[in-house]
Amino acid sequence: MTVTNGQDELEALFAQWREHVRRRPELSSSDADELEDHLRNSVDELTGVGLRPDEAFLIAVKRMGGLDDLSREFAREHSERLWKQLMFTGEAEDGAKAGRSRRDLIAMVACAAGAAISIKVPGWFGQSFDDDGNFYTTNLALFALPWLAAFLVWRRRPGPVVAGGLAALFALGAVGANIFPVDEDSQSINLIATHLPLALWLVVGVAYISDDVRSARRRMDFIRFSGEWFIYLVLIGLGGGVLIVFLTGTFKAIGLDSGDFISNWLLPCGGMAAIVVAGWLVEAKQGVIENIAPVLTRLFTPLFAVVLLAFLVAVVVNGHGIDVDRDNLVMFDLLLALVLALLLYSISARDPLAPRGTFDVLQLVLVVSALVIDALVLITMAGRIAEYGTTPNKVAAVGENILLLANLAWSAWLVLGFVRRRSTFAAIERWQTNYLPVYAVWLWAVVLILPPVFGFR
Amino acid sequence: MRVTKDLVAASATPIVLGILVEGESYGYAILRRISDLSGGELNWTEGFLYPLLHRLEKLGHVEATWQTVPGERRRKYYHITEQGRAELAEQRRQWQTVVEALKQVWPGAGTFPLEGLA
Repeated sequence: MTVTNGQDELEALFAQWREHVRRRPELSSSDADELEDHLRNSVDELTGVGLRPDEAFLIAVKRMGGLDDLSREFAREHSERLWKQLMFTGEAEDGAKAGRSRRDLIAMVACAAGAAISIKVPGWFGQSFDDDGNFYTTNLALFALPWLAAFLVWRRRPGPVVAGGLAALFALGAVGANIFPVDEDSQSINLIATHLPLALWLVVGVAYISDDVRSARRRMDFIRFSGEWFIYLVLIGLGGGVLIVFLTGTFKAIGLDSGDFISNWLLPCGGMAAIVVAGWLVEAKQGVIENIAPVLTRLFTPLFAVVLLAFLVAVVVNGHGIDVDRDNLVMFDLLLALVLALLLYSISARDPLAPRGTFDVLQLVLVVSALVIDALVLITMAGRIAEYGTTPNKVAAVGENILLLANLAWSAWLVLGFVRRRSTFAAIERWQTNYLPVYAVWLWAVVLILPPVFGFR
Repeated sequence: MRVTKDLVAASATPIVLGILVEGESYGYAILRRISDLSGGELNWTEGFLYPLLHRLEKLGHVEATWQTVPGERRRKYYHITEQGRAELAEQRRQWQTVVEALKQVWPGAGTFPLEGLA
């Protein structure tokens, strides 16, 4: 090894060390600079007494003590750093990062404003909330989700093909919401109103992964994003509720009625804007705070497993089949979707390399009981269809149950394999992320194909 | 000999402020100086010194600036403020009181270090 080579190697070591330090939330970039200077002094001194650069580096790092200890001491002094920090606090010395988050903020405000204005635009052309419910029922998702997708596209900068594809999909959604002559009481309008937002959410997903469409990791990231987004939306909604209470109360105190403003402006515009804001919050805080959705999953997986098991025991003891009227059907579909969500989020939160534990067994219990319940529901439904014939609702419900059944069955198999050390965790992850397009296809089919097939019933 | 943790913690601020009264300095040099002053007996870690410096900065006893001295790297220098000098004076009075009391309590008073003790 030549001397210059040693110097290059040393610089590489410093770069590595720096990157390591920067991952610590307790240490700011100014601290990293200061510690690096310290380390370099140490190295200089050690090379001065005849050590080779790499030896000197190792000893200097060792002397400095583990980064864990160091971080702990810094954390004690700067505890506020562990609590930080959303977005307005881009460190002054970290110019590029601060600039980036400021530009993101501007883009977000523009998109949120766009969403807020979008929902008012139809009103200027004579559509109102009151006279024809249909328009807003089917179009609601189209006011905000394209703007959220626009914000994500702005961040990801995909190629023109992906961007064009996204625009085309939203246009298709607008067509699906508006071309069919469905009336207010039809089942079709309900199917469109419930399935189109989900179909469009998956389009948002395409926008989310638009920088790397084929990557399974990115799809998993989108699943994480969805959970976090939902939680932020709920929180913003709660805050909005508090705001409305005070707005109503204070204006009432001076003899003004704020009801019209709230229902015509604050609720619709605020709601649409919140959808974009929640997306931006998730993007802005990534990696700063531990994600909350997986934490909730940890809490609720055992509870749901117990509830499902209890339900199955009750079915057996009772001997009474499941009564699938319309309301119950929706509930069971939601329940199964929830189980799937619990499964997905615990997958997204799991360290793929962590050893198998009780939690994985619990998860297996949850999936298998959901699978059995799904099978029971399907059998009952098939019986009813044979007896009373099909309706759009039933077809949609059967389709969804079959999709879930397939997913849960294979998931159960994979989780079992994982618990028994026959297969890897990555296989479960891959199965779930690869399944996402299946949902997309089905959702779009319900929106675009079922209504005409059933004559817009 | 090992100086106990409590004693290190209690003496840290006056030592650092005392060193900075001699002139502005940076972390590594301060550590070296402490080591020299104590004949190598006081070995502070980086995890002790830097948070302490940051605390003194927050309290307003010292100020820090990034400087580039010709021929050297860019470096964070600390210098003592007026408030820091006042703090040091106050700490000195307190330490003198302690030392005076110890001298009277211990036999062979006035001879520090306590050679005659054994």
